[in-house]
Amino acid sequence: MKPLIEFKHVSFRYDENGPWVLKDVSFTIDERESVAIIGHNGSGKSTIAKLMNGLLFPQEGEIWINDQRLTESSIWDIRRNVGMVFQNPDNQFVGATVQDDVAFGMENRGVARTVMQERIKSSLKAVNMEKYLLTEPHRLSGGQKQRVAIAGVIAISPKVLILDEATVMLDPRGRKEIMETISRLITEEQLSLVTITHDLQEVTQTDRVIVLNQGEVWMIDQPQAILRNGNKLRDIGLDVPFITTLSNQLAQRGISLQKEPFTTEEMLEELWTLHSKT
Amino acid sequence: MDITFKNVSYTYQPNSPFEHQALKDISLHIPSGSFVAIIGHTGSGKSTLIQHLNGIIRPTEGEITIGPYTLSPDKKLKEMKELRSHVGVVFQYPEHQLFEETVEKDIAFGPENFAVPEEVIQSRVKEVITQVGLSEAMLARSPFELSGGQMRRVAIAGVLAINPEIYVLDEPTAGLDPRGQQEIMDMFYTLHHEAENQTTILITHSMEDALQYADYIIILNEGEKYMEGRPEEIFAQEEVIKQVDLELPESIRFIKAFNKRFNTSYPLIKQSSEQIANLITETLEQAK
Repeated sequence: MKPLIEFKHVSFRYDENGPWVLKDVSFTIDERESVAIIGHNGSGKSTIAKLMNGLLFPQEGEIWINDQRLTESSIWDIRRNVGMVFQNPDNQFVGATVQDDVAFGMENRGVARTVMQERIKSSLKAVNMEKYLLTEPHRLSGGQKQRVAIAGVIAISPKVLILDEATVMLDPRGRKEIMETISRLITEEQLSLVTITHDLQEVTQTDRVIVLNQGEVWMIDQPQAILRNGNKLRDIGLDVPFITTLSNQLAQRGISLQKEPFTTEEMLEELWTLHSKT
Repeated sequence: MDITFKNVSYTYQPNSPFEHQALKDISLHIPSGSFVAIIGHTGSGKSTLIQHLNGIIRPTEGEITIGPYTLSPDKKLKEMKELRSHVGVVFQYPEHQLFEETVEKDIAFGPENFAVPEEVIQSRVKEVITQVGLSEAMLARSPFELSGGQMRRVAIAGVLAINPEIYVLDEPTAGLDPRGQQEIMDMFYTLHHEAENQTTILITHSMEDALQYADYIIILNEGEKYMEGRPEEIFAQEEVIKQVDLELPESIRFIKAFNKRFNTSYPLIKQSSEQIANLITETLEQAK
């Protein structure tokens, strides 16, 4: 796979005398790869997202996106490739209606009107919101607003979708809606996905996970390998899935499971095998 | 203070094209000293319900009693301020409501409003800032220089400073990292159990939190009371819960699935991962 996003020894701080928010951060995200970035509050996750589309620039190191170095002069090119959805559904709805909102990003990029109309329809269809073209934002639920935000991003056909805790303000129903929409879209549109999250359910569905601790990369690996660190994750303020915790508890009692289950079903299957052997 | 809702309905913008009935004939009783979780999706009426609890809105129909105070459709409560000094509400994203120059002034704002004597306020401010896990050194700082998690704690400290008998917590941990969530919820849990007869009402989407902290659960759906009961009574009815798109907590789901697979009958109650691991070990050993 071809690398799409590269951070090379990136350090960042908000002001000259302030503390470093990111310290010597390096990683690569490939085309069509989905990556979760996790870390405690203040670990630098959101700063990374803002660096990825040039809302901020690093004091040290380089950021490359799609073979182009991110600089003041390249940000407009680069933003065509980077779509971002933020936490608060109310802060990112700019249009008076759903279709205006989706059009906003395209207007900024000078997309022709006829193309625009076509894309508004197709991207709203992609997030199952095609019936709401003329609806005003206050008539939508949080989950629906976030789906419109995603449609606005998809409409500019980016190469990567960045979700900065995009589901955190939604209820379980809204969260489920968004997760289903996202997983379908990244396949259909062949997108890379960077998701900044505390939701372990989301983490286990990605290809790789970048764990941050106090501005530094703590570990980069596949979800299974990351979650194996049980208590160490807890020490840096993160959560561990129930089934992983339970596996660790069982291991302490001399019951070792071979396949490292993530779900209740997987765990019961393994326990059953052990049970039938004895 | 006991809380009783008697056939309470609430309609937004009645007799207009935007008329919307947010609560429909709700009756419930929350005895003093209980820790109740109110669960429901967006639009289920949770927020409308809690706005009644400190008199921000009055019922359109029915009657609410909170200790000696009665809220009814046609009569304005004279002792509204008094009621509010007994009911501390932590609204969603309470940090959005910080406004003072210093953390200390922000925390003191509530008790000052209720005419608590100055020296009492000073000692309370110091007490509550440590309760929420911040240091006294923070008191002189501007709340706007703090991180989101710290701002949340300051806002919560402001409610603690009122020293209410009833706490109403509207998703107090939304948006915090896992450690922050646990710390805040553990603090409220300790507070609840240390104080005598404190009532805590937790509004949440999370069945996990309901299992962890509540001794009684009320589920709202589309403005109506859908279910209520002790956690074990609620969790025994998975099908009914699922009909409103809610799920059993993960540990309960696990015990249930384990029981089915291994033909055991462990109870569907709050158990730590250690306890569950012990049950599994026990079952596997018996099979030998």
